[in-house]
Amino acid sequence: MSERFIPKVLVTKIGFDGHDRGSRVVAAALRDAGMEVIYTPPWQEIAAVVKLATEEDVDVIGISSLATDHLIVPKLMDALRAGGLGDVAVIVGGIVPDEDEPMLLEAGVARVFHPGSPLPEIAEAVRGLARDVRARRATA
Amino acid sequence: MNKPLDPSVLAPATAQGATVMPNDAPTDAQALAAWQQEYAAQIGTERPVHNRSGIPIKPIYTEADRPAGGDRSAELGLPGQMPYTRGIYPTMHRGRTWTQRQLIGLGTPAEYNQRLLGVMAQGANAVSLIPCNSVFRGYDADESHIELLGTCGTVVNTAPHMDVALGGVDLGRTSCAMNDPSPFTLLAFMLATAKKRGTDWRLISGTSNQSDYLSHYVANHMFFRIALPGARRILGDHIEFCNQHVPKWNPMSVVGQHMQQAGATPAEAVAFTLSTAVQNAEDCIARGMDPDSFLPRFTFFFDISISFFEEVAKFRAARRIWARLTKERLGAKDPRSWRFKFHGQTSGVDLTRQQPMNNIARVTVQAMAGIFGGLQSLHTDAWDEALSCPSENGARIAIATQNILREESHLTDVIDPLGGSWYVETLTDQMEAEILRVMGQVDQAGGMYKAVESGLVQRMVGESARRFQQQVDDGEQTVVGVNAYQVEEDRSARPINVRPDRATMQAHVDDLRAFKAARPAAEVQRALDALARAAHDAKDNVFGRVVEAAEAGCTHGEICATLRRELGFGHVQAIV
Repeated sequence: MSERFIPKVLVTKIGFDGHDRGSRVVAAALRDAGMEVIYTPPWQEIAAVVKLATEEDVDVIGISSLATDHLIVPKLMDALRAGGLGDVAVIVGGIVPDEDEPMLLEAGVARVFHPGSPLPEIAEAVRGLARDVRARRATA
Repeated sequence: MNKPLDPSVLAPATAQGATVMPNDAPTDAQALAAWQQEYAAQIGTERPVHNRSGIPIKPIYTEADRPAGGDRSAELGLPGQMPYTRGIYPTMHRGRTWTQRQLIGLGTPAEYNQRLLGVMAQGANAVSLIPCNSVFRGYDADESHIELLGTCGTVVNTAPHMDVALGGVDLGRTSCAMNDPSPFTLLAFMLATAKKRGTDWRLISGTSNQSDYLSHYVANHMFFRIALPGARRILGDHIEFCNQHVPKWNPMSVVGQHMQQAGATPAEAVAFTLSTAVQNAEDCIARGMDPDSFLPRFTFFFDISISFFEEVAKFRAARRIWARLTKERLGAKDPRSWRFKFHGQTSGVDLTRQQPMNNIARVTVQAMAGIFGGLQSLHTDAWDEALSCPSENGARIAIATQNILREESHLTDVIDPLGGSWYVETLTDQMEAEILRVMGQVDQAGGMYKAVESGLVQRMVGESARRFQQQVDDGEQTVVGVNAYQVEEDRSARPINVRPDRATMQAHVDDLRAFKAARPAAEVQRALDALARAAHDAKDNVFGRVVEAAEAGCTHGEICATLRRELGFGHVQAIV
């Protein structure tokens, strides 16, 4: 893999909540870390996220959740697999109660970031996940 | 009993009868210079200290910072006197403390009612209702993801739902705050309930907590958004309707809380909020309304961060600016129009997921800043809000925190107890100057409506949010348990999140479907048609039609869908 590897990331929100401080700050941090970031406003339909991820051929999808919208992330994971995007890494960031984390990981979410996660740590993790996704695609 | 201290013990020994006339006492300026020298020698290289609004903070403030001269009484005023820096009422918290209003909203209307009556029994003296996010987004329960229903608020879609939610509450005697964005269906459901119970609308008091569509556009995309021009029109109609028919209701709550939560500095949050209030007031004046007919019913809603002195100064400065603005710029003559009444909510952004019980200490400091800042109403956050929607235990401690601050700790014995502090007075002036600077930027952009339409405000807020996160990441701003004093934690000790029972919620959805099927369809359609027509008739009152629709059995989702169709939807701008 070349040194000029540029991860491609979709940062979005599904469900009803519109608090977008987290998604905006993280999107800007990933962009500043040299990634290609596709950012959407909140309230995306699950089908719209799958469509956008397909069209943009992203490596990673970041879902920001503040007010329980993470509860429908398993529905998103099903829709991604049905849409042939089972290899995309999905991360969730925001207010996710501890007891909900296993449910997300079982549904196929790669990582959950809680409040207080330093931005450089998130950027590093996203870069690593994107590398894995590309490597898997190259050998598939 | 001890004898009182003889003052002569403090005097230097002198010859009998001689008067001490020290001629070598340093002047104030000399003393200050000497202190500066010693301070510099001992402190070494010091990182400059700034508050969150970017104002440089000195190690000490003295009389030299507040030189004599200038009309100090004109800057401060006593409580209840122009320009209200020290408080808007003569008695302030000595006379009446503050309204203890805890946000609650969870589950079905019946579950909400049970929780509401519980917190009222524990000391809350007013109602506050948060609807489910599906309601905020303009949908009925039967068109929403069941997983999400009732997880963050109560699923209220109809007038009968409101009747259940407020069961046992005397609407003529209890102040009710509704988290009720445009088109204000919750108030409409409440008015329909009141009519059914025979309660006179003129007795109904409370606040439309989320009437500020501009702050929603900037910072809190929680709410159903009618496109900007429509939102502006409906707010004007709402203010006019309440003015005529529900005179004790506060139809306008100007919200600084969203913007500070989204990252605006405290000074920016006040500046944007006051600019919004000016915009809304000037819109009302353009409709031909007398400023003194609506300004007494304007209220404000602010975030209280943990930056203690900055928050106290922020509220003191805001009162002073608002008093002068209403009088001089808006032409209000009634003192009730000049008073800056505000509800404060302790800031959730300051709370941490790490070592979450520490949040009780944070909330206490934040609440104290609001109390010393002279608030009229207070919500204290629950310690577990960074983990989940608040648990019952968290909510109980939040109420107890207010009870301790109000009745145990003697905080309210003196009005504006920090007034006269060289630091607080200087900082009040500096915050005022910073707020006015940002307001000038908004005015230059053509006022708040235009500044929001163009995305200017959103960009400024986003920039400040990133700057703050950078400071935390760099360790410049300490956050205990996050970038300092971290410990390994036992997460099993944390409260388990209570989610609405799925079967109960499904039954609620089924009931709604049955309600829709049983209504007189023609009457519902007539009301929705009248609402659609009103949207295009400037002489009609859209909110009046919303109230009629609520009485006719229309649901929240139907009312929102009609207005979305007629007035357009307000998409969020993607600004990163």
